[in-house]
Amino acid sequence: MFGSFIKKSRAKSPWIMHFDCGSCNGCDIEVLACLTPLYDVERFGIINVGNPKHADVLLVTGTVNHRNKKVLKNIYDQMPEPKAVIAIGACGNTGGVFRDAYNVVGGIDKVIPVDVYVPGCPAKPEAIIDGVVVGLGKFAQKVEEAE
Amino acid sequence: MDTLILVIIGLVAGPVIGGLVAGLDRRVTAWFQSRQGPPIMQSFYDVAKLLGKEKMVVNQWQILCAWVYLIAAAVSVGLFFAQGDLLVIFFVQAVGAVFLVMGAMSAKSPFSQVGAQRELMQILAYEPVLILVFVGIYLVTGSFSISAVWELEQPLLAKMPLLYLALGYALTIKLRKSPFDFSTSHHGHQELVKGVLTEYSGPYLALVEIAHWYETVLILGLCALFWSTNVFWMAALLLGTYALEILVDNTMARMTWRWMLKRVWLLGMGMSVVNLIWLYAG
Repeated sequence: MFGSFIKKSRAKSPWIMHFDCGSCNGCDIEVLACLTPLYDVERFGIINVGNPKHADVLLVTGTVNHRNKKVLKNIYDQMPEPKAVIAIGACGNTGGVFRDAYNVVGGIDKVIPVDVYVPGCPAKPEAIIDGVVVGLGKFAQKVEEAE
Repeated sequence: MDTLILVIIGLVAGPVIGGLVAGLDRRVTAWFQSRQGPPIMQSFYDVAKLLGKEKMVVNQWQILCAWVYLIAAAVSVGLFFAQGDLLVIFFVQAVGAVFLVMGAMSAKSPFSQVGAQRELMQILAYEPVLILVFVGIYLVTGSFSISAVWELEQPLLAKMPLLYLALGYALTIKLRKSPFDFSTSHHGHQELVKGVLTEYSGPYLALVEIAHWYETVLILGLCALFWSTNVFWMAALLLGTYALEILVDNTMARMTWRWMLKRVWLLGMGMSVVNLIWLYAG
């Protein structure tokens, strides 16, 4: 019984860690907009925790470059399982317009495994919330496969 | 036998009440900010989720410290429900509070370290106030036992109004609310991340959270003792106090530990001492 309550709770309490990997701040503003009274993601138990050790979902915006790919990997490794990664915006997904720049590695998935890609330049808050919901479904699936 | 039943009621009711209070608190806070807010049960979902996460620790000390903090908080609530001795309750909860700090100190993270130092300052501020409240109860009832309070004809509040105000400081600090929320901020994306709680994660963070519920119930229980003669007035007093607590939390900025020490020691302890002199002389 308690096991099923834990399973149910996972989807009801996704704590989010937001990492700006080299974004123009457009997507970051949209991520933070989700927390405002207009979108109020706390309705779904979503909290922006700012600490990888407490987080369930990692939101990454912007391109990865050679300087910050280690930071991204480090943050990902510090998150306890089960966890999900969501790449936000054109840059996070593929590198966007910066994909050919000499210092850019590319999208987030070049460094860490990504569960959900949220497109847009910048991504809309509705799309980000939707991405988190899909991400939760994915990590519920991952947990079941692991069991 | 009755005592044992009371202890069990305390141990079970503690987290249930504490979790509901925390959920209600977030709901009312959301209402203040014209948001809808999370469901009332949210705190239980959070803790259940944390219990199901991977165990990740910086060192073995954290496991011990989280458990001791939880056990001390639970025992102090159990003792409170069993009508135990106020001084024993005080020391047991103080041990728990110190272990929380030790767990945070055992990790090298600067956020955890600074948070631990600030938590120590908070302990330094509220513990004397708590002990002065207990001394006040002793002066009124002639005993440190909680059962002596229930035998009073007149509520404690009539004799210890200033001590109740001082207890309000201790309550605010223990609930980790603004303006005294500098050891662990409610929102983690701020200057100190989560302060003392930064390095606790997964199931151990859940233990700390449950212990926090127990502590909330303990301090609210102490507030309830101030109107022990009538259940309705007791409920009204608790509701009023907690509503004021939420209002203060939402209207105040976070202050520094120096500001806290000045306010709590000068005003809080000043009021307590005046009240104690009045009780002693009167």
